[in-house]
Amino acid sequence: MSAIIKTENLHHVYGAGTPFERMALNNVNIEIERGEFIGLIGHTGSGKSTLIQHLNGLLKPSHGRVLFNGVDIWENIKRVREIRFKVGLVFQYPEHQLFEDTVYKDIAFGPSNMGFTKSEIDERVREAAEFVGITDEQLSKSPFELSGGQKRRAAIAGVIAMRPEVLILDEPTAGLDPAGREEILSRIRGYHEKLNTTVILVTHSMEEIAKNASRIIVMEDAKVRMTGTAKDIFSHADELESMGLAVPQITQVFLRLRNMGLDVDPSVYTIDQAEREIMEVRRKYDA
Amino acid sequence: MLKDITLGQYFPGTTSIHRMDPRMKLILTTAYIVVLFVAKGILSYMLLLAWLLTTVRLSRIKISVIFRGVRPLLFIISLTALLNMLYTPGRPALEFWILTITYEGIFVAIKMVSRIIMLITGTLLLTYTTSPIVLTDGLEQLLNPLKKLRVPVHELAMMMSIALRFIPTLIEEADKIINAQKARGADFETGSIFKRAKALIPLLVPLFISAFRRADELAIAMECRCYRGGEGRTSLRQLKYSSIDLKAMLFSVIVFTAVIVLRVLGI
Repeated sequence: MSAIIKTENLHHVYGAGTPFERMALNNVNIEIERGEFIGLIGHTGSGKSTLIQHLNGLLKPSHGRVLFNGVDIWENIKRVREIRFKVGLVFQYPEHQLFEDTVYKDIAFGPSNMGFTKSEIDERVREAAEFVGITDEQLSKSPFELSGGQKRRAAIAGVIAMRPEVLILDEPTAGLDPAGREEILSRIRGYHEKLNTTVILVTHSMEEIAKNASRIIVMEDAKVRMTGTAKDIFSHADELESMGLAVPQITQVFLRLRNMGLDVDPSVYTIDQAEREIMEVRRKYDA
Repeated sequence: MLKDITLGQYFPGTTSIHRMDPRMKLILTTAYIVVLFVAKGILSYMLLLAWLLTTVRLSRIKISVIFRGVRPLLFIISLTALLNMLYTPGRPALEFWILTITYEGIFVAIKMVSRIIMLITGTLLLTYTTSPIVLTDGLEQLLNPLKKLRVPVHELAMMMSIALRFIPTLIEEADKIINAQKARGADFETGSIFKRAKALIPLLVPLFISAFRRADELAIAMECRCYRGGEGRTSLRQLKYSSIDLKAMLFSVIVFTAVIVLRVLGI
């Protein structure tokens, strides 16, 4: 299986040649397979946002390459724009980019830039709206009449409507209440499961990542520090903590239990796993 | 790409020019501009140039930095020079096709160009060495007497400092929106003027909305801290003239008076 997205020795320097020069990406090599659900996690300023802007060609590498389906996206400058349709990027607070007078028109912005006919656009808009749970009635409203969570979902639909092969979301749940968060995450999960689209979710929250991602990439200080499944990553809780990233609360509890001398697996990260683990331990001690 | 725009950029420092009272700097810069237009002979220009170079030297601002500030106006400066050379009557120095360049024209052109460059350098020096906030403070203090004439001096100064404060914020915001719309295939760079103007709508609408939102939030935050306009409001930074200001004033008064005297004498 070949990777849908791959970076080779990717470097990015902001403000090269000025006193404000800063290395934002330092030799980043990642490989993402088709259909994966990747969690990208890192502290503020670790380079996550810079990295994802390279994946759809918004930023040009200072050094190194970004490959999409095995082809360097900067090989032909004229085709970079097409890459943006294939690698859909939802920015932080995407509701701030809504501008049309109806939600429908706003979602149609991407597909119409791709040059589709009216009926094709209509099909895509309705499909995308359904994925994020925007009703027909809401489609004809002004985006500014919607609630915060609805606005955010409408904005995400604007990217989904381009039917990207890779969907990247930069902290899609920031600033929402727990119900709004869960709504967005379950919509994204549903979208991923139904179309088997590759999804990259950028977040601060280990809980969110643990629940959704099939593989996790941890960044710190412009570098990729770890990659692996949630179980692999959370077994390095100390290292994560030194990067200022908290492991999920349930994992913290199990780490403490282990430190207290109990023979438990500390890489537990969901309530179900925790329950099973506790039952297991009880059985061991009872015996 | 938008971050490259600099507008009255301030270079922090601790030189005597930096430490001068903003009011004195404003007064002297204004006086300098007026005198620059009074000046006529070569000697006067030399005097003002000496004044300018001394100030530049004292402020430790690099010449290359000043040149960068002048560069955007190079086109206008060269156009002025060209027109002056061609349209000043006098003895012809160079004839070419239907165009005639006169000796007088060359002289006037040199004078105009140096006047413009000296003018820009002088004002750049003011903004390079004075932070925008201090500058508005100084302006407010200077205009204070106008309050008697019911000019809303404090409000104007407040508006100015808020505007200055939000320039970087709005630039950053615009950058973000541009990227977000580009991610949806917006094309800001190619096409006819018409097409490009239309392409700005997805940028301008969200930018305006966010500016209004910020204004609203700022107004509420100010009210929460009991802002009631300028009436009886004291300032965190009390402006005080110091010995540096006195020295600067004396030096400038001597130079400027000399220039005026030379003009009166017709030299």
